[in-house]
Amino acid sequence: MSEIPTRKSEFITGVRDTLPLVLGAIPFGIIFGALAVNSGLSLLGGMGLSLFVFAGSSQFIASGLVTQGVGLGLIILTTFIVNLRHALYSATLAPHVKGLPQKWLLPLGFWLTDETFAVVIGRYSRTDDSPYKHWYYLGSAVIMYTNWQLCTLIGLVAGQAIPDMRSWGLDFAMTVTFIGIVVVQLRNRPMVVAAIVAGACAVAFNGMPNKMGLFLSALVGVIAGMVAESLLPDVPPVREAKYE
Amino acid sequence: MNEVALIIGMMLVTFLPRYGVMALLGRVEMPKPVFRALRFVPPAVLSAIIVPTMVFNRQGEFNLSLQNSALIAGLISIFVAWRTRNVLLTILIGMTALWLWRALVGG
Repeated sequence: MSEIPTRKSEFITGVRDTLPLVLGAIPFGIIFGALAVNSGLSLLGGMGLSLFVFAGSSQFIASGLVTQGVGLGLIILTTFIVNLRHALYSATLAPHVKGLPQKWLLPLGFWLTDETFAVVIGRYSRTDDSPYKHWYYLGSAVIMYTNWQLCTLIGLVAGQAIPDMRSWGLDFAMTVTFIGIVVVQLRNRPMVVAAIVAGACAVAFNGMPNKMGLFLSALVGVIAGMVAESLLPDVPPVREAKYE
Repeated sequence: MNEVALIIGMMLVTFLPRYGVMALLGRVEMPKPVFRALRFVPPAVLSAIIVPTMVFNRQGEFNLSLQNSALIAGLISIFVAWRTRNVLLTILIGMTALWLWRALVGG
């Protein structure tokens, strides 16, 4: 960045950089609303999940479980497993938000999503010493949150009128958005290995109850990535000044 | 279903991993190997979410054929994302591919 960043410029850049991912969240939010209202949740219940939980994929899975008549405890456990990945995003961001007061950490933590993580970690990776990078994070979070509420509302209303919206394939928006996020992040071969192994395991473990397969697959993927990293160094050791 | 309990329960188990680790790790140093491992978490988790939605068709059957529109559209999206590094373009082309494939081929 050539200009000196201000709070406002960081916030606006955070919003702007998140807009492509917001586009992917729009159909996903609408389909969640439609699914929620047809799963037996009330309008307020569906809206409450978006307002207070704010986690697209687990809200999606939870309304599916409500439809199947699964009990409260099991739905909450499933949500926990699906959202455990946020603990790892949170750990990755921790060194960057170190020293921020609680009034920042609480909302930034609440608003941590796949999309905002993908954008914000890119901002923190840039080496400029802007003191306002958390304003960039805030911008990204606020636009994601606002958009999610609006889309949920649209989906809840539309879902009452059009009960079979799921057949439109709008839920596939989550898949393409995540594909965009992942592929752009794959900077080296070990990361590709982690993604492929985790994806293959997720297919193999698909029958496991309560999305346990998702968590196990991610774990195996991470291990595969670390093994690959130690076996396939990006800079071959041969090029080191061995013969000097 | 007690919706208030559902919302509060889901809120807690979502908020704690998001906020708790961030707040806690601000106080203690993270070991290097942990940090190394963390870089693989997002691609691993997201891929584990993505791939099943591609290879299982709408009836929930494993299907690796041209009759599975999500598989075809997903592969096209991966190609677009890889070549262009543009998330917006990936979403637009991916969704268009899904609808076109369903209209023209089926699945």
